[in-house]
Amino acid sequence: MEDMLFYDRMQFAFTITFHYLFPQLTMGLSLMIVYFKWKFLKTKIDKYNDAAKFWMKIFALNFAMGVVTGIPMEFQFGTNWAKFSELTGGIIGQTLAMEGMFSFFLESSFLGLFLFGEKLLGHKLHFVTGFLVFLGSWASGYLIIATHSWMQYPVGYEILENGKFVLNNFGALFSNPWLLPSYLHNQAASLVTSSFVVSAVGAFYLLNDKHHGFGKIFVRTGVVFGLIASLLVAFPTGDWAAKNVAKHQPVTFAAMEGIFETEDGGSEIVLIGQPNMLEKKLDNKIAVPNILSFLTYQKWDAQIKGLNEFEPKDYPTNVPGLYYAYHIMVGLGTVFIGLMLLAGVQLIRKKLYKTKWILWSLMFMLPFPYIANTTGWYTAELGRQPWLVYNLLRTVDGASPTVSSGNTLFTLLGFIGLYLLLGLLFLMLAGKIINKGPQLNQH
Amino acid sequence: MELFWYIILMSMLAIYVVLDGYDFGAGIVHLFFAKTEKDKKAITNAIGPFWDANEVWLIAAGGVLFFAFPTLYASSFSGFYLPLMIILWLLIFRAIGLELRGQVHNTMWEAIWDKAFGIASLLLALFFGVALGNVVRGVNLGNVVDGVSTHEAHYFFLPLWNPTFSPHAESLGVIDWFTLLLGVIGVVSLTIHGANWIIFKTNSGLNERLKRVVFSLNIVLLLLVVVSLFAWHIIEPRPFHNFLAHPWLWVFPLTAFTGLFGLFKVRSFQKDGMGFLFSSLFLLGGLTSTVASIFPKVLPSTNSINPDLTLYNVAAHEYGLSVGVYWFIIAVVLVAAYMFIQYRVFKGKMDDVGYGEH
Repeated sequence: MEDMLFYDRMQFAFTITFHYLFPQLTMGLSLMIVYFKWKFLKTKIDKYNDAAKFWMKIFALNFAMGVVTGIPMEFQFGTNWAKFSELTGGIIGQTLAMEGMFSFFLESSFLGLFLFGEKLLGHKLHFVTGFLVFLGSWASGYLIIATHSWMQYPVGYEILENGKFVLNNFGALFSNPWLLPSYLHNQAASLVTSSFVVSAVGAFYLLNDKHHGFGKIFVRTGVVFGLIASLLVAFPTGDWAAKNVAKHQPVTFAAMEGIFETEDGGSEIVLIGQPNMLEKKLDNKIAVPNILSFLTYQKWDAQIKGLNEFEPKDYPTNVPGLYYAYHIMVGLGTVFIGLMLLAGVQLIRKKLYKTKWILWSLMFMLPFPYIANTTGWYTAELGRQPWLVYNLLRTVDGASPTVSSGNTLFTLLGFIGLYLLLGLLFLMLAGKIINKGPQLNQH
Repeated sequence: MELFWYIILMSMLAIYVVLDGYDFGAGIVHLFFAKTEKDKKAITNAIGPFWDANEVWLIAAGGVLFFAFPTLYASSFSGFYLPLMIILWLLIFRAIGLELRGQVHNTMWEAIWDKAFGIASLLLALFFGVALGNVVRGVNLGNVVDGVSTHEAHYFFLPLWNPTFSPHAESLGVIDWFTLLLGVIGVVSLTIHGANWIIFKTNSGLNERLKRVVFSLNIVLLLLVVVSLFAWHIIEPRPFHNFLAHPWLWVFPLTAFTGLFGLFKVRSFQKDGMGFLFSSLFLLGGLTSTVASIFPKVLPSTNSINPDLTLYNVAAHEYGLSVGVYWFIIAVVLVAAYMFIQYRVFKGKMDDVGYGEH
C-alpha cells in the first residue's frame, strides 16, 4: 500500500514536472511573439516579423512537447487517482472540462493557422491568430489554476453521505480567494521564463558575434519584459500568494519558512539553514529578526505560529523538501530582479550590448527560471500534502484501489524512458533552431 | 440531465473517431502504400494543420467524461490502466513522428519518424477497436473471484490478456478474440477512412491506387462486419433487444450499411469528397449502433454479483450537470466557429501547405 502511493505520487510528480517545462515557456513566449508581430505592424520594420517567425519555431516545438506530455496528465487523474476523481470529479471535472472546451480548441485550431497561414491570411489576420493562441494558452492556465485553487482552498461544495463532493456554487470556483493571486503569480513567472530565454538567446548571438540586429532586439525585449515580470512575481503577486498561505494554511507557512517555534516578539526571516527534523530546529541558520512578521502582517511583532503549535500528523509530509523548494524559488527570484535591474540600467545608459559580463550572466541564467518555476510549484504541492483536498481528503485516500504498485512502477519507468528521449530530442532540435538563427525577409 | 450529457459525450466521441480516425488512417496508408517522398508529403500535408485540433476532441471528451460521469471515469481509467498508458505512449510517438520529421533533413531521421508515425497510427486504430470491444463485452466489475467481490462494486482491473484469450473467462483480459476482432475492424475501417481523406484533400499520384485499395478493403470490411455480428451473439444473447423495443433505432445500422455499400462505388465517384462522406457514415453508424444496443449500460458487468454501470449510476450530481449546460453551449458555438474558420482557410486540395517545413 505504501509502495503503491509512493509510485503513484512519483509518477504524477515526474510527469507534471516534465510537462510544465514547456507550457511555462509557451504561455510567456506567446505574449512576446504577439508583441513582435504588433511591433512589426506598427513600425513596418521587417526584422520584427522575422523575430516573430523565429520564435514561432521555438514556440511550435515547445507547444508540441507540451501537448504530448499534457495528455498523460488528464489521463492520470483517472488511472492513478481514481478514488480522488470519483469523489471530486463533479467539481474539478468542471474546470478541467472547461479547459478542454474553451482553451484547447482555441489554441489548436489557431495554432495551425498561425504556423501555416501567414501567406493565406495576410499580416493583420496572422497577428489575430497569434493573439488567439496566446489567449487560449492563458485561458488554459487560468482553468488549471482554478482547479488547483479548489484543491488548496475548497469552496462552493458540499459533502454527501457517501463521501462525494458535489458542487453547489459554480461562481465560487472562480471567486475563490486562492485563484487570482496564484494565477497572476504563475503567469508572471511564466513571463520570467520566456523573457530570460529570449534575452539568453540574444546574448548568445551578441557574444558569438552573429545575427547582431536580432541579438539586440532579443536582449532589449527580454530585459524589458524580464524586469517587469521579475518585479511582478515578487510584488504584488508573490506577496499576495504567501499571505494566502499564512492565512489559510498556517502549518504549511511555518514549514516553508522554517519556523519551528512561535516567537513572541515577532518572527525572523530565514535566509539559509537546514531543517533538522529530529531536533525540530534549523541547523546553521542565518536569519534576520522580525522581518517575516513585518512582511506577512506589516507589524514587526506580529505572531507567526511555529510548527510546534501543530500535530505532527498534520505537518506537510516532506517539511525539508517544502522548505528548500520555497527558499530556492525566493532566492532565485531575488537574483532575477537584481540581474534585470542591472541590465535595465545599462540599457538606459545605452551600454548593455557592450557590457560583456551582463550578457554572459543573461546567457547562463537560462535554466534558472525553469528551476524557480518548478520549485514554486513544489512549494504549492508539497505544501498541500498530506492532503489532496486541503483538510478534507488525504492523499492516501485518493489513489486507485485496483492498480497494483507493480503496474505503476512499470508505467513510471516507461515514462522516464520516454521522456528522457523526448528531452534529448527537444534539446537537440531547439539547439539546431537557435544555432541556425533567425532568417531575414522570409515572407 | 444524465441523458443530455450522455448524448453529448457520445457525440463528442463519435466526432473524435471520424476526425482523428482519418489521421490514424492516413498514418496507416503512409505506412503501407506511400512509396515516394511526394506521396508522403501529400499525406502529411493533408492532415498537417488538422490533426492537433482533431486530437483535442479526445481530450475534451475525456474532460466531459470526468465532469459528467466521474464514477465511470474513475472506474474505467483505473481498470483499463495498462491499455490506456500504452495508448498514451502511442499518441506521443505518433505526434512527435509527425512534428519532428521535418525538422532535420536526413533520410535516416525521416525514415525513423515515418515508421513511428505509421506504426503508432496502426496500433492506435487497433487499440481503439479493442477498447470498443471491451465496452461491448463488459468487465468483471468488483473483480469477483469465486463469487466474492474483492473490490468495491464499480472498480476492476484488467491485465492485457489472459492465457485463454476467451471473452467468457472469469478473469478477463483486455485482448481476447472478440475484442481483437473489433480491433481489426478498427484498423480496416480507419485505413479506408484515411485513404478517402487523402483522395479528398490531395491531388497526389496515389489517389487512383488508393481508390482500388479502398474497394478491396471494403470487401474485407464487409466480411468482418458479418463475422462480428455472429460473434456478438456469442457475447450477448440478445444484442438487438433495444432495436426491437424501439424500431427507430434501426436508423443507426441503416446509416452504417449505407456507408459500407456506398463505398463499393468508390471508383466511379465524380467528387473526391464522396468516399470520405461514406466512410464517415459507416463509422458514425457503426458506433451509434453499438452504443444503442447496450444503452443505458456504459460498462456491462460480466458477473451476476455486481450491477452494470449505467449512465444513471455513474453521473455527477444534478446541480453541477445543470450549470455545466450553460458554459458548454457557449463553448460549442465557439468550437463550431473555430472549425468553420479552420476548414475554410484550408479548404480544397492541400498539396502545397508545406506542413513540417521549418
